[in-house]
Amino acid sequence: MTIKLTSAAAAIALLFSTGGALGNDKPTDPQIAHIAYTAGVLDVEAANQAIATSKNKTVVEFAESMLRDHESVNKQALDLVKKLNVTPEDNDTSKSLSQAAEAKRQELAKLKGGEFDKAYIEHEVAYHKEVNGALETLLIPSAQNAELKSLLETGLKLFQGHQQHAEHVAAELK
Amino acid sequence: MFITRAAIVLLSVGAAAAAAPSQAETIQVAIDRLVYLPAEIEAKVGDEVEWINRDALVHTATVEGGADVLLPANKSGRLVLQEAGSFDYICRYHPNMKGHITVRP
Repeated sequence: MTIKLTSAAAAIALLFSTGGALGNDKPTDPQIAHIAYTAGVLDVEAANQAIATSKNKTVVEFAESMLRDHESVNKQALDLVKKLNVTPEDNDTSKSLSQAAEAKRQELAKLKGGEFDKAYIEHEVAYHKEVNGALETLLIPSAQNAELKSLLETGLKLFQGHQQHAEHVAAELK
Repeated sequence: MFITRAAIVLLSVGAAAAAAPSQAETIQVAIDRLVYLPAEIEAKVGDEVEWINRDALVHTATVEGGADVLLPANKSGRLVLQEAGSFDYICRYHPNMKGHITVRP
């Protein structure tokens, strides 16, 4: 890839478009489980970076709620794949998500104070927006197992809540 | 004999409840998969709302500029309604969760 991706959101937008890493093939349930789980882990890592860096009470509280919620949902996801005897399968989308998140982490590591807060929250808005778009248009419609589909639907409701929460915090920072 | 006595006790409890219709009540609102159920309730001043959080997530019942009830994962929280009015409330952590309480005097 010749284009340097500095935004995880931009990467997701690329990945989930028809020409993306998944091509025209619908992801399988083991791949969907892996993508959803990875997206959660990456937001937990971003939250840990924000908790360690930010001095802003609202931003830290937001990051703590991301940590709490994504860990809780990922625990439910792990319980479900165990119950269904499904092994999450690594795939190009999960890999690209992780690479983009690492690039974002390094970019944020160079920022301090209000600049960091603003960049972190803006990225959280964009990240949840893109993940929600992917859940709605690709992951939920592609999921075969009813329980997996149901967990993804609850996840969508939760992440839509996160997006709104992030938008409220972003408005406060302005 | 024992059974009869138990029946009498039950009867008197029933009578006491029926004789005091204006006593404060507890209204329960469940939270299931990020939804308040029911989303709209009516109550009167002095009544108590009990939110029963069935999600493995922390929620709140928050009125903007007013009450803020923290609802830990799989636990419940309570609020005694002290003033009449019409109140929208949300979850601070998931603002797409919306509820409404109408409090009569």
